[in-house]
Amino acid sequence: MARIVVVTSGKGGVGKTTTSAAFAAGLARAGHRTAVVDFDVGLRNLDLIMGCERRVVYDFVNVINGEANLNQALIRDKRTQGLSILPASQTRDKDALTFEGVQAVLEGLAEDHDYIVCDSPAGIERGAHLAMYFADDALVVTNPEVSSVRDSDRVLGLLSSKTRRAEQGEDPVQEHLIITRYVPERVGKGEMLSVEDVGEILSIDLLGVIPESSAVLNASNSGVPVILEEQTDAGQAYDDVVARYLGQQREHRFITEKKGLFGRLFKG
Amino acid sequence: MGASAAGAAFELKGRMATLSVLRVLNADTNAVLVQLDARLAQAPGFFDGMPLVIAPGQSVALDTPALVALVSGLKARGLTPVAVADLSSEQAAEAGLGLLRNLDAPSPKAASARPTSDSPSAHESARVVTTPVRSGQQIYARGGDLVITAAVSAGAEVMADGHIHIYGSLRGRALAGVQGDVNARIFCRSLHAELVAVAGHYRLSEQMDAELIDGPVMIALQGDDLQLSAV
Repeated sequence: MARIVVVTSGKGGVGKTTTSAAFAAGLARAGHRTAVVDFDVGLRNLDLIMGCERRVVYDFVNVINGEANLNQALIRDKRTQGLSILPASQTRDKDALTFEGVQAVLEGLAEDHDYIVCDSPAGIERGAHLAMYFADDALVVTNPEVSSVRDSDRVLGLLSSKTRRAEQGEDPVQEHLIITRYVPERVGKGEMLSVEDVGEILSIDLLGVIPESSAVLNASNSGVPVILEEQTDAGQAYDDVVARYLGQQREHRFITEKKGLFGRLFKG
Repeated sequence: MGASAAGAAFELKGRMATLSVLRVLNADTNAVLVQLDARLAQAPGFFDGMPLVIAPGQSVALDTPALVALVSGLKARGLTPVAVADLSSEQAAEAGLGLLRNLDAPSPKAASARPTSDSPSAHESARVVTTPVRSGQQIYARGGDLVITAAVSAGAEVMADGHIHIYGSLRGRALAGVQGDVNARIFCRSLHAELVAVAGHYRLSEQMDAELIDGPVMIALQGDDLQLSAV
């Protein structure tokens, strides 16, 4: 039975697609058959981040409408074995997603995958709702600033009420927090919420902290999930995230200030 | 020296108030009054002077003579009809009552489908919530107290007819005594509320004493004054 993981946030631009790509690639690299599905119909990005935009023939909406079958639409990743991408449609909108269609696609993927990663669009409307509805786990992606935290809080409320597990009275969706674009130096100056602040407001399990990093933009531009850039801080942080999700114990990194020369001089 | 030297002779304030609505399900006024007598006999004195809003039930055509007869019947039984709802302004004027609009504005989602029978239990059990109340969520403990053992997030709203106890941070809104119980209180472990209210008297965060913020606080009504105090 495949486990369905939604990557969600409420707010846009916080790193959902980056996280989806890195997380899915990390699961596949750990030997799990993984599919990553782009629910952001109309604003297709996942294929770019995964570097397969020129291989898109059929998409999610084609499969829902019966114009193609899953195997025709799934793109097998060339770098990471066991990883497939189901791209969104760029020419349609979220109304093209139907409840039954999404359910059928996820059931189809569940037959020969261990994990299905659903990359949610921003917002709390239809696309985001369908992306989270069937989830077993949720990765809630948050930037360390108040509006992002507020939106994540709203999404956590929806996860506990508007999902299949909630409606059918099953065990709740497992919620995990990922804080992205973290800059310990700015936290020190009081310009950014700390890990503790965010954790206290949202009070869910912290899966990882991804530092603000030029590696993320570079990886996106070159179409490589940042987790595969093993020498980079963000790549290592995502590697920790996947390892923790799979049950390993790993110390949290990238959450304390790197003291530069001036910091050392003035703080003694 | 004009009138400006004198103190204000009156204040006009908006207040939330709770009114009982007499929903008329039978256009025959006599039938209504006969059943009402039976109900009044069950609780002598309880309904004395009770202000009432008269509203026709769905697909019940309450005409003006029937309305006037109903109003005098209610007054004769010691009740105080104050307004009508879902009727025309002409009918309201004819009956000498005010007219309420939007009587059925969206009401908070019912807390639970607890039967509201006339069970003789001495108290309503409190509603206990053990999970965080997230932004955008609304919880209403109808008929009793609300106990929350987790945090109430900014943008969330918790309401109770009785007291509210919050054993986490209160960052959202808390409204106790929403049916008008002026003795209802709010207790929280850590006050960061956007708004607190008891029986319709409210206070916004910017009107709260900065020293109380982040601490354990009790909120209660003293007369018309909402008091916030450290506990």
